[in-house]
Amino acid sequence: MPRIDSLFARLREKKRPALIAYITAGDPSPSRTASLVEALERGGVDLIELGVPFSDPVADGPVIQAASERALKAGTNLRGVVEIAEQIRAHSEIPILLFTYLNPVLRYGAEALAHDAAKAGIDGVLLTDLTPEESGSILPPFRKHGLDTVFLAAPTSTPRRLDLVAENSSGFIYLVSRLGVTGERDSLSDSVEPLVNSLRQRTPKPLALGFGISKPEHAASAGRFADGVVVGSAFVRLIEQNQDSKQLEEKLEDYARALSSALQGARA
Amino acid sequence: MISQPDALGHFGGYGGRFVPETLMSPLEEIEQAYLRFRGDPAFQAELDDLLANFAGRPTPLFHAKRLSEKLGGAKLYLKREDLLHTGAHKINNCLGQILLARRMGKKRIIAETGAGQHGVATATVCALFGLECVVYMGEEDMRRQRLNVFRMRLLGAEVVGVSAGSKTLKDAISEAMRDWVTNVSTTHYLLGSALGAHPYPMMVRDFHRVIGVETRRQILEAEGRLPHAIYACVGGGSNAIGIFHPFLEDSAVRLIGVEAGGRGHKLGEHAARFSGGLPGVLQGTYSYLLQDDDGQIALTHSVSAGLDYASVGPEHAWLHDQHRAEYTSVTDEQALEAARLLARTEGIIPALESAHAVAEAVRLAPKTPGEIHVVNVSGRGDKDIDIYRDNFPELDNEGSDHAAY
Repeated sequence: MPRIDSLFARLREKKRPALIAYITAGDPSPSRTASLVEALERGGVDLIELGVPFSDPVADGPVIQAASERALKAGTNLRGVVEIAEQIRAHSEIPILLFTYLNPVLRYGAEALAHDAAKAGIDGVLLTDLTPEESGSILPPFRKHGLDTVFLAAPTSTPRRLDLVAENSSGFIYLVSRLGVTGERDSLSDSVEPLVNSLRQRTPKPLALGFGISKPEHAASAGRFADGVVVGSAFVRLIEQNQDSKQLEEKLEDYARALSSALQGARA
Repeated sequence: MISQPDALGHFGGYGGRFVPETLMSPLEEIEQAYLRFRGDPAFQAELDDLLANFAGRPTPLFHAKRLSEKLGGAKLYLKREDLLHTGAHKINNCLGQILLARRMGKKRIIAETGAGQHGVATATVCALFGLECVVYMGEEDMRRQRLNVFRMRLLGAEVVGVSAGSKTLKDAISEAMRDWVTNVSTTHYLLGSALGAHPYPMMVRDFHRVIGVETRRQILEAEGRLPHAIYACVGGGSNAIGIFHPFLEDSAVRLIGVEAGGRGHKLGEHAARFSGGLPGVLQGTYSYLLQDDDGQIALTHSVSAGLDYASVGPEHAWLHDQHRAEYTSVTDEQALEAARLLARTEGIIPALESAHAVAEAVRLAPKTPGEIHVVNVSGRGDKDIDIYRDNFPELDNEGSDHAAY
């Protein structure tokens, strides 16, 4: 069974939602990312979203924009991110989702990337600015190489669009919990629960919630009705604040553990 | 060719909708509203009235006799979009979109601006209808187009500086998209060029088609025939697509888009997407794009803020590949010289963007005697006075030019 499917199947039995961490690959340097992922895994992260830095990240707030800039400055490119995934895979079975804007993928070539990503042990892709309508010429190679294709669902998505997203996603569906860009927020949006319910009626596929979830209490409340909870900017901020420190790994591990504990039994 | 784009906004293989899911339904909503109101006589009548009585349409088609004589070739006409209220063609699209936004019940308008002409036009229509207006502008552009920043503020708009990336138009668009995705229920994004996700390239083009429709009528009146060539500058490409579009079926009319050649051919030194770029996706659309080998968007340079952008409207990409329009570029220096030439032969100081179109005409007209050419003077040069002053220092001193008699 593909790694992402088996993860959600295992956690469903344990009645625990998945803790999903987003970090920008290559931040603060390409050589450090694998070690940061190991730390997150030790802290209880179940799935890694490995962000590919992009010069013009329109869906991201200031924290991840800055991470992208640091990673690019450190010389990270998509080829480098695939190599990082390979390093992670050498020591770990944690599912890896490549999280990227479309243009670097087009430049690399969808077929070439699908081949290299599968070989490196990447499990799936999420293309931020690609919706099902435009995916016809881009995603088939990824599916052919056995990679999952995750699409976003949003509070603004119409019923017709939710059907499209549900039909075209595999592995899981990423629910954007609120309007806006990525970033930490003080509370969880009220629009989440209706969106989850609406998708549950359409599909048995796992649903992960992201955008604005940063604290253990958000994770716990999101975890009550979602199969996975994505935390991004909070981890990326820790990386920004401790990029020169040897304690960075420890801090990421501790924060992951706090989030992970909050999710224990969340779905019971 | 007229029937482009398809239902999903594709011009051949270009265009489309490449945005995060959150923006898909709002784009569909704008498209549906636009298609509904486009056919509504009341909407069209209100727009026509504003174009005539507020903006000042139709604009003249002026025979540039002294410039034509000096160049000694083609007979040149100038389409005077610079005479419109707010100083450039941008007001055509702003009036169209503000009427649409009002009918959609939006209370807040956001926009990006490069040279500031679109920002000023947006601030103007928001003042006219009493709507809240926020304009995103790169900090580099705020510096070099300071006059327009002040104009927007005087009109009651809030101008938000963007410090990311190259601090120019591209970065302003990204920031406007981030605002829109956050406030989409109350806010209309009044995009100012024939760029971005569907339906913007189609809608913005349609609102500017009036330029070409008038030109066609005017040149037939003046010459009894269509022109041999039409020149327009191409940043995003809104003034160009507006004047080109009514001539697409007339294959004998050369359509010449002029990009910013900046200060050299090296990536980062220009904004000539058709000679230095490859197709890719930026800010919602698939088109020619200045980018590096890793698919990261390249920095651009042009003396003209309105042309200083890494991508280009998708319909231009399609017209380029179809060989229906030709795209060329002129350097900063050629554009500056053309502006001075137009000022001294015709008494018209053009915007630096429009000066690029003039410069290409200056190059081509001497080689085409007996032909009739039209240059779209898309905007006037008031906003660029500081840049002209920096580049023509010999004209800028406090002393008298010669002793009084």
